[in-house]
Amino acid sequence: MEFEKFTLLEIVNMLKNKTVSSEQLTKYFISKIEEKKSLNAVLEVFDDAINLAKEADKKIQAGENGKLLGVPVIIKDNILYKGKKCTCSSKFLKDYIAQYNSTVVEKILQEGGVIIGRANMDEFAMGGSTENSAYGITHNALDFDRVPGGSSGGSAVAVAGGLCPVSLGTDTGGSVRQPCSYNGIVGIKPTYGRISRYGVVAFASSLEQVGPMTKTVKDNAYMLQILSGKSINDETSADIPVEDYLSQIKGQINGLNIGVCKEVMQMMSGLEVEKIFLQVLEWLKSNGANLIDVSLPNFDLCLPCYYIIAPAEATSNLGRFDGIKYSTRSDKAENVDQIYTKSRSEGFGKEVKRRIMLGNFVLSSGYFDAYYNKAKKIQIKLKEQAKDIFKKCDVLLFPTTASEAFKLGSKTDPVSMYKEDMFTITANILGIPSLTLPFAKGKSNLPLGLQIMANNFEEGKIYNLADYIENNWRWK
Amino acid sequence: MEYDIVIGLEVHAELKTESKVFCSCKNQFGAEPNTNCCPVCIGLPGALPVLNKKAVELVIKAGLTIDSQINNIAVFERKNYFYPDLSKAYQISQLVKPICVGGHLDLQNKSVKINRIHLEEDAGKLTHQSENIGTLIDYNRGGVPLMELVTEPNINSADEAVEFLTKLRERLIFADIAECKMEQGGMRCDVNISIKPKGSNILGNRTEMKNLNSFKSVHRAIEYEVKRQIEAKEQGKEIIQETRKWDDEAGISYTMRKKETSQDYRYFPDPDLLAIEISDEEVEAIRKTLPLLPEQLKEKYVNEYKLTEYDANIITKDKYLISYFEEVCAHYNNPKTVANWILTEILSKIKDEDEPIIKISPLKLAEILSLIENGKITRTIAKEIFTKVWENDSDVDKLAKELGGEINEDYLCNLIDKIITSNPKAVADYRTSDTPEKQLKWFVGQIMKETKGKANAKLAEEKILEILNKTQG
Repeated sequence: MEFEKFTLLEIVNMLKNKTVSSEQLTKYFISKIEEKKSLNAVLEVFDDAINLAKEADKKIQAGENGKLLGVPVIIKDNILYKGKKCTCSSKFLKDYIAQYNSTVVEKILQEGGVIIGRANMDEFAMGGSTENSAYGITHNALDFDRVPGGSSGGSAVAVAGGLCPVSLGTDTGGSVRQPCSYNGIVGIKPTYGRISRYGVVAFASSLEQVGPMTKTVKDNAYMLQILSGKSINDETSADIPVEDYLSQIKGQINGLNIGVCKEVMQMMSGLEVEKIFLQVLEWLKSNGANLIDVSLPNFDLCLPCYYIIAPAEATSNLGRFDGIKYSTRSDKAENVDQIYTKSRSEGFGKEVKRRIMLGNFVLSSGYFDAYYNKAKKIQIKLKEQAKDIFKKCDVLLFPTTASEAFKLGSKTDPVSMYKEDMFTITANILGIPSLTLPFAKGKSNLPLGLQIMANNFEEGKIYNLADYIENNWRWK
Repeated sequence: MEYDIVIGLEVHAELKTESKVFCSCKNQFGAEPNTNCCPVCIGLPGALPVLNKKAVELVIKAGLTIDSQINNIAVFERKNYFYPDLSKAYQISQLVKPICVGGHLDLQNKSVKINRIHLEEDAGKLTHQSENIGTLIDYNRGGVPLMELVTEPNINSADEAVEFLTKLRERLIFADIAECKMEQGGMRCDVNISIKPKGSNILGNRTEMKNLNSFKSVHRAIEYEVKRQIEAKEQGKEIIQETRKWDDEAGISYTMRKKETSQDYRYFPDPDLLAIEISDEEVEAIRKTLPLLPEQLKEKYVNEYKLTEYDANIITKDKYLISYFEEVCAHYNNPKTVANWILTEILSKIKDEDEPIIKISPLKLAEILSLIENGKITRTIAKEIFTKVWENDSDVDKLAKELGGEINEDYLCNLIDKIITSNPKAVADYRTSDTPEKQLKWFVGQIMKETKGKANAKLAEEKILEILNKTQG
């Protein structure tokens, strides 16, 4: 049987009905990873995966329950799984072993999930193409010559390439959504605080969230519910009840108020995605939704704000990689200062260094007010503008990316790479949930993603609309 | 030329909490290296801080003891720098919005203005070993809650600085905020010093003195630095803004780092922690838990308890003595007597101990004092009982009986009857004497002899009179 053809929910049912065993599934997906090794999506298959699958099978036989009991899962390489390597795709952490479980791993294990491996990514989640990995580039699941997107490129390719039914990514500025878009799958960046960040190696703490990456909207809703909730280990995780997202999927969108943002429409003008985006809007209207014109006046400032706040936090978050307790110490260091400078110079890749420098610059005395403080003020203003938008509408529609996945090695200028995040960054700056689902094909017959956003903690509304589009909008 | 000395202090004190400020590891001095550690306080990747509210309460409390204003919103910031004892390469501290702002602490001759008190985490500890071992890091102290109090630069002499520190320490210990054990690094102090021509408004360049491990070294270091600055000035040399390190053994200080090479800490709000919200109600509730300060207590003891100034002074010097004193008084309502016993019996027992422990519970001391007052035992017996309880924590009632201390009334009356019947002459003398008091004393003397001094003389006298008067009728 070709198990990659089944959705997560189907696999959950098959396991429950014992039409397949976890061992069978796990072995199958591991063989797929082996077969598609050239994609370089998965950095390591955990050697206890099959044993864990066997244990899951015993539990299934014993009639035990678990929402993921026996389901193979792949995690991004910046999510800690106790006893397993966690490198963040950095040379610096090539031998680092996680000392404890992240909350999300804990939740997956509690539900009986079998974590089979860790996926490639841009080093420390900095990048939009998974070309910044110390362990080689990852290839797009649909076109070997193209990037998979990033930074959660490995996780996206793992699902799109049929290496597992569900994976986890992290999204700081679009790192779940953009690679999902490039590989034609579904991914969400939940509301900031919906999922605990405990045990996820931090890049930009105030912006990022873990997000599930799946083949379908319903799979995604199912998975988000498992991962969400308050954690006592993360002050910024929200003490707001977790909804049953699947039950929010009603199969109709009558009267749904969909925001169409003026500034985004202007930005989209002339881009590959524009025409099809307008078509889907018309189609939604004809299916009972109301299109509401809204404005996010400072939309254009999201990107610069992001490239100030994120590097500032990253600079500080990455300080702990100093060659003292962990991270590889340079053997050329002769004193403490050299341990820092040489280890960090040798350990970090180019893009990480660039952002550390950027972060140090915007935080340094004399520049702090002009950059960091200004960016934070603009962020507050943007949040107010978003509040007004969600008074008028239930959801907000953006494209996920401007165009299809680009060719490997084609973007060498960092700023053009940063612009990749143009449409996704808004949700991180605002903290609001945002999901991408494939909705069109571009000129090279590769998928384009549609982004649906909603007010804080209204993921249910997003899933309802996304599911409706997935099931009724004809584009394939 | 004459100079004004301008001094500002930065005082760190480790707060007295059960656990660390951002994790649940124990806040404990002297444990095996790296045993009170977890992913949070050793800064492992992915770990996140979670605020211990108790630490915030203690800083608020500290603020209230010096009349600070408590901010309704306080924010943690990251102070970024590299040092091996700093596990995350940043220290969680507060800059723009500390918990306490302003305040003052009154010395004998002046009021020292306080700038702020904020909450931060302590760093680990480095120990430099031999060449082939290198430097070892102990992260047990990492994440221990620290309050940092910063004064305005309105301290003007080494004496004032030490008076300030002594007073501050007393208050922190007293209000159960910090133990301030200097030798354990529980209280640390950096001193900023500058001089200016007398009366001038223009501050000179200041130097910051570090590594001051006792009040004595604070005093010496200030004296040394003032002298150094004055000498430099007189010789027409510029005083360079710098951080200096005090060498207590050599009695000198030397340059640690110059201003040009000083760190840019790149502070910014810590995105992992929520802003601390402090309501006025919360502040008031904490205010209610504040004990009276030593000066206030002294006043109370003298005015209400009628202790002598001297006694009150000694008792209020030590937090431990105060609580002991208060507790004994709660069971035995004669503060003057309690104070007497503490000052004589107790202090003489503990005065030479490093870690003075009163080995008799307040309740037991109160029991002994009550027995004396009720005439059940004499002072002599009481002291004997006191010593035995101190040594073995024995039972007071049992001892009182064993030592015959408790001459029960029936026994005493029988004894008196016996003496009266066997001494008819003395009885007759008593009845006819011009000075019956003298005769009475003779009877008391007999009782004391019979009881080996264990009878209560006052009670015996009363009973003798009673019996003599009865037999007369």
